[in-house]
Amino acid sequence: MNQIESQLSYFPGCSLATTAKENNASLKSFLNHFDIGLTEINDWNCCGSSSTHSVNSKLALSLAARNLFLAPANQSLLIACPGCFLHLRHARMELNGSKEKQSKYEKHFDRPYNQNLELIHFFELLVKMSKNGLFKDLTGRLKGLKIAPYYGCMLARPPSMNQEKNHYGLIEKTMSSLGGESIQWPYLSSCCGTFLSVSRPKIAQKLVNRIMKGAINSGAECIVTACAMCHLNLEIRCKPENRLPIFHFSELLSLALEKKASRNWFNRHLINPKPLLEQRKLIPCQKAAKVNGFFK
Amino acid sequence: MKSITPNKTARDFVAQVEELSHASLSRCWHCLCCSGGCPFSEDMDYLPNAVIRMIQLGLKEQALNCSTIWLCVGCNTCSMECPNSVDIAAIMDVLRQMALLENAQISEPGVLSFHNAVVDSISRYGRTHKLEIMMRYKLSEKDLFSDIDLGLKMLSKRKLGLLPSKVKDKKSIQSLFEMAGDLS
Repeated sequence: MNQIESQLSYFPGCSLATTAKENNASLKSFLNHFDIGLTEINDWNCCGSSSTHSVNSKLALSLAARNLFLAPANQSLLIACPGCFLHLRHARMELNGSKEKQSKYEKHFDRPYNQNLELIHFFELLVKMSKNGLFKDLTGRLKGLKIAPYYGCMLARPPSMNQEKNHYGLIEKTMSSLGGESIQWPYLSSCCGTFLSVSRPKIAQKLVNRIMKGAINSGAECIVTACAMCHLNLEIRCKPENRLPIFHFSELLSLALEKKASRNWFNRHLINPKPLLEQRKLIPCQKAAKVNGFFK
Repeated sequence: MKSITPNKTARDFVAQVEELSHASLSRCWHCLCCSGGCPFSEDMDYLPNAVIRMIQLGLKEQALNCSTIWLCVGCNTCSMECPNSVDIAAIMDVLRQMALLENAQISEPGVLSFHNAVVDSISRYGRTHKLEIMMRYKLSEKDLFSDIDLGLKMLSKRKLGLLPSKVKDKKSIQSLFEMAGDLS
């Protein structure tokens, strides 16, 4: 199962389609370098996010299910956002476990349910790529960069899903295969506060600054996030004295490649990463290659 | 020695929560691992395990009125800590939805306004439109000015798009909402 498909279907999710376009663009650019093509699921919708399951479980399942029914049967579905991944995976588990629900949704969407649709997280794809030796010549550019790997709640899941693959350690493994140095620190799986950043900003601020301070005290030069929501919360709720550049996982991967990272991505950051990039001679390009017409 | 007697409806409440959440409440031995792991517990009025205790004792009103169920973001950290695999986040989902259905007092109305703004955005576009969610939330809370500098910064960095990313087949999204029944 370690063979890499050259074409995957792709669920970007709302964050990557909007607030975190730089996450989306860098992910596509990185995979493009290895000739892995992504086709977005036609007319995908929001996975339900944290809000839907809070107020209506049936709606949460239905929203996630629509995406599962829209995904082409013959390709694995790549999901970049850990939140979307959890919600789609949870919906799949619910549907696979109930013939009654399957037939209800089959009738509703007027197409057959595909039990065997493979949902893969971006991290799983990276592990396959690494195992296939694709990263072996890429250890130069990130060499010695001290990175605080930040998973947020991505490693946690409900007990009903505890048989699923665990992503623990994958940031560290990938970063070290690219020459980076992951530091050990205590807040790597501490929640960023998600939507409380809007409705109870003080709570989010407390959590975020605890995380940021933790990274600084551990000697990290930057934080790498797995989730676009975490990235946003860390950037917007961080006090000026606790600032440290925060990269989307995909941005750092692209920086490991020669001439692949675009200056535009980093212009969108609220905490300016450019001084660090310059110091580390990781200068992004003025004009990065366009992938699928992205980056307008 | 005195003892606490669960009220008469306790068993019904336990059964109801267990059925809807698929979590087993009798497995909780109140070791406090969930409460110790929860990053939000210091801001909650009751610790997560205390909410489980309330259910076990049939204290429905207290369970539905507490801030804990609204400050829980569903990060599942509690479940990772729990030695007995109690799905605490699912229990919180169930209590929130019960609180809405039974018109209980909502102790964190701002959190509910936010959820409603998100769900509303999904019903309109099939996706979340962050700028509109923020505007609607701020209007509903009558709090237009906190975070305004942040909002402007995000706009200038084009982090908040002016136009939504939309699903083309609007009807299919509407039909999902109809299927799920009325929202709060």
